Parts: sequence; C-alpha cells; structure tokens
Amino acid sequence: MIERSEVLAVARLARLELSEEELEPMARELSTVLDHIATIRQLDLTGVAPTSHVVDVTGALRPDEPRPCLPREVALAQAPAVSADGFLVPSPQA
Amino acid sequence: MSENADAGAKGASDGAVPAAWEPVIGLEIHVQLATATKMFCGCELSFGERPNTHTCAVCLGLPGSLPVANARAVHFGLMIGLALGSELAPRSIFHRKNYFYPDLPKGYQISQYEEPLCRGGRLGDVRIHRVHLEEDAAKLIHVGASGRIHGSDASVVDFNRGGTPLAEIVTEPDLRSPEQCSEWLKLLRTTLRQLGVSDVNMEEGSLRCDANVSVRPAGARELGTKAELKNMNSFRYLERGIRAEIARQVEVLQRGGEVVQETLHYDPASDRLTSLRSKEEAHDYRYFPEPDLIPVAIDERMLARARAELPELPAARAERFQRQLGLSRESAQLLAFRAELGDYLEAALAAGAEPEPPPQALANWVSGELAGRLDEGADPASSRVTAAALAALVGLVSAKRVSVGAARQVLDKLVTEGGEDPAAIIEREGLAALDGGEELAAVVAAALDANADAAERVRAGNEKAIGPIIGTVMRETKGRADGGEVRRLVREQLGI
Repeated sequence: MIERSEVLAVARLARLELSEEELEPMARELSTVLDHIATIRQLDLTGVAPTSHVVDVTGALRPDEPRPCLPREVALAQAPAVSADGFLVPSPQA
Repeated sequence: MSENADAGAKGASDGAVPAAWEPVIGLEIHVQLATATKMFCGCELSFGERPNTHTCAVCLGLPGSLPVANARAVHFGLMIGLALGSELAPRSIFHRKNYFYPDLPKGYQISQYEEPLCRGGRLGDVRIHRVHLEEDAAKLIHVGASGRIHGSDASVVDFNRGGTPLAEIVTEPDLRSPEQCSEWLKLLRTTLRQLGVSDVNMEEGSLRCDANVSVRPAGARELGTKAELKNMNSFRYLERGIRAEIARQVEVLQRGGEVVQETLHYDPASDRLTSLRSKEEAHDYRYFPEPDLIPVAIDERMLARARAELPELPAARAERFQRQLGLSRESAQLLAFRAELGDYLEAALAAGAEPEPPPQALANWVSGELAGRLDEGADPASSRVTAAALAALVGLVSAKRVSVGAARQVLDKLVTEGGEDPAAIIEREGLAALDGGEELAAVVAAALDANADAAERVRAGNEKAIGPIIGTVMRETKGRADGGEVRRLVREQLGI
C-alpha cells in the first residue's frame, strides 16, 4: 500500500482536502489502481507503441475561422465574484 | 552550502566573467502565433479589447466543452519547423500540464510533451531542441486591497488572452554570453517575422524569452546547476538579466557555495533577480495525454503547403547578398538580419537610378547614414527618404558629382523634407561637387597661403600636415569638394 505521505502529496497537488478518516480508504483505492498497472507491466510490450488514445482517428483540425464569443455578461454571470472588468480572484501573490 | 537568490541578490551587471568560469545558456521562446482565432476554439484573438469579451465555453474551461486544434496554428508550427530544419513528427499528441493558478481555468494547460510537433534543428550557431504548440494563459490584473473580497488583495482575470496559440521553441544549451543570446534572439525574431507566423513583439508579449543559465569551470564538460530566468521582455533586459545571473552564480561558486535550481524573476527597474517559487513548491505537472484531442497527423499535403509558403529566410538572404551583390559578410548579415533594411536596399537597387549606385556603397548608406539618422530600429521605408531618392544620391556620390560631405547634407534635407530628387536639392543648395577646375584650384591656392607653415611641412615630407589645408578647403567649399581631388591639387601646387 502506498504511503500516507504520498497520498497527502497527491492531494495537495490536486487541491483536495482529505480528512483523517478519508486518508486510509484513499490510500487503499489508489494502491488498487497502482497494483493493476503493475500487473500490466508484467506483459512483454517490446515494440508496442504506448496507447495514448483508443480511437483510431487523426487529423481532425478546425479551420481558423472566427465563431461568436459569449456576451461578456453571460461569461461573467456564473462567477462567484466579479469586478467591473472581469473575474475577481484572491491575489495569487498574497 | 546552498544559496538561492531569494534575498534579491543584486547582479554586478558590468562585471566581466572571470576566465576560470564558462556560462552555459539555453533559451525557451514563446511566440504568439498570428492566427485569426485561438488554439482550441473559434474566439478571435484579442488586441486590447475590453477584458473578457473574447471568451467561450472552451477557453473559459466550462464543463462539457471540447477543444479542437486550429489547423492554421499547426500549419505555422510546421513552417517554423521547416525554417529551423527540424524533424517534423508525422504524428504528435497534446498533453495536459496540470497546475492550479487563476490564469488557467481548466486547472491544466494543453501543451505538448512527449511527442512534440518538431524535434531538433538549428538556427545559426545554435541547435534547436524542440518546437511544440500550446495555449497561452489568461492575463491577471492585480487590483490591490479592494473589491468584494474583504480586506484581502484581489486580482482580476481577463480571459481574452487565454487560449491564444503559442509555439514554444527550446534551444540546446549552446549559448555562451548575454550578448550572443540577444544577437541570436534577434536572428530568430527576424526569421519568424519573415515567416509571417507572429508579430514577434517583445514589448507587447507576442515574443517572450526565458533563459536557463548555469556556470561551469572553464573546460568542464558537465553542466552546472541551472536557474531559470523569466520576464525579460526586451533585448536589453534579456542581456542584463542573464549578465546579472552569471555574476551571481560565479560569486556563489567562487565562495565555495552551491547554486540552487530555481526560477528567478528579473525586475528591470531594480536590476534584481528574485526567486519565484520555493523548493517545496517545485512543480510536479503530472503530464498525461489530453483525452479530448485526437492525435495530429501531418500528411504530405500539409507539408507541401507549409513548404510552399516558406519565404527566403535571413540566413539564406545574407548568403545571397554576398554572392549576388558582392556585399561584405558583415554588411550582408546586417541587412539580411534586419529585414526592413534588406527590403529597403533591394527597393533602392531596383529603382533604376542613373548613375547606377554600386551595391556595397548603397548598402553602407542604408545601414549607416540613413539608419543612423532614424530612430533606433526604425523601418527606413516609413521615413521620408524614398529608396529611389537614396539610390539617386548614392549614384551621384559614386560618380563624384557630389562629395560625401555634401551628400550627407542632402540626406539631412531628405530626412526632414522628403522629396524624390536629390539632384534638385544639390542644385538648390549649391552643393554640386567642384569639378576640380579653376574654381577649386583657386580655393586650394588660397588655403595654401592661409596655412603657409603647414604647406612648408608637407613639402618637407610630413604628409600629416596636409590635414589643416584640406580642412580649410572643405570649410571654404562647404564640403562640396572631393577630398581626393583636393589632396591631388595641393600636391600639384606644392610641386610634389
């Protein structure tokens, strides 16, 4: 099973606040996933390209043509805090 | 002992690097691509419009929205790769680079990681490591302690810039001095401008440069620990920032200290470097393939289109200037690497001036006399001096119909007044060259009388004494006389 410290590190990167009670089950679930990957690793995969995508489609690109933007009021409507010009957030420097 | 720059170490900016140490520098350049729309959505790129008027569900990162890559951004990426001689990946994929910051609405930036569009290549003396495509972050505007968040500093996010297509160009650590970095970046900028893929304006942020700087004992092969410098938004700041960081690292190493790997922010106002992130915040981006975007496959048709749109690039143009026009290497590079000067030269040569100006003389007048009279970096084509007028003037100089000194006065007039016909200015101002006839002979004779001592010394073999005599003639003729002709007449009249 993975270490408690590793769970905490991943939780911090993901901005997840885990309670004491959640830590142990989370470590167990994450370990199950990692164990599964360890099982796959036992296969001999020399010469097999990594499967980044499961669909066998490539090259769907979008022509560089403008499409309508959202009206400003609509874009800002769902924000928890706004100023006259935009989305208001706590200063990341603070 | 490890040391970082957190205290805001002030760089000893002017200090030369001691010979025992060798700086090693690699650059990471972000270029905003000059497409019409963003990288993954159809929002038009913004140029100073009201904040948050160029957004949609995709670039705001709203749930359920799906990105689709911009074909023209991929096309521009291929052009850059071709221009740099990179290997173009037949199939490349996008990755998610995960981190939290308010300028990144999805919690990740779509970038390329393991399979970039272009690998390898070279520009000038510097090898290219890779070129990849990604999306720009939004812009954060700091508003200070006000607004609705009580008692705390707040920032406003403007998502107009968020999602703008970027090409990131990463060099190998092949640069060795701040000056070389700035020179090379200018060559890259001209190359990108010629390609037409970007506005490449450092002040406006369409060209941004970070530098990885390390220092090692001279002759060592192993690289030292590097620091990453950000925010050097002009060529001058780039040089100053790198110079300050080299000085800081040399100082740490000379005291027996150790350089810490960190990200430094250069503040041009104070010439100081400050540490951006402390060590425990060292980034762990957890890259993984972007499942919302299918791989980009480059086919022959796309490659052919990118090849067809490649213009003549600065390095090739410099070579052609040498071969075709017989320009010196320095002159050819100067004019080719500043494309607007090269364009002006070619326009002047094509003007069909009579007498015909020799290319090297014309090149010197474009890059020296004319550029020197304009604002630094200005495009001579936007000045009042037309290429045809300069060509005509240099033609007259070469035919000795006007002296160099008088031609400079004519150019002064052209710069302030404009006009098509330098011959008319020469006529109007009485600046035509004295043709070496009786008029000039008389002026020379008077000058010899006025400088009798000097004349005696010249006769006695002191060549340098001729200076004041020529000076008198030039003053009397307002610079209209040809220096060589005056010299000949002086010697003739002195009987030597």
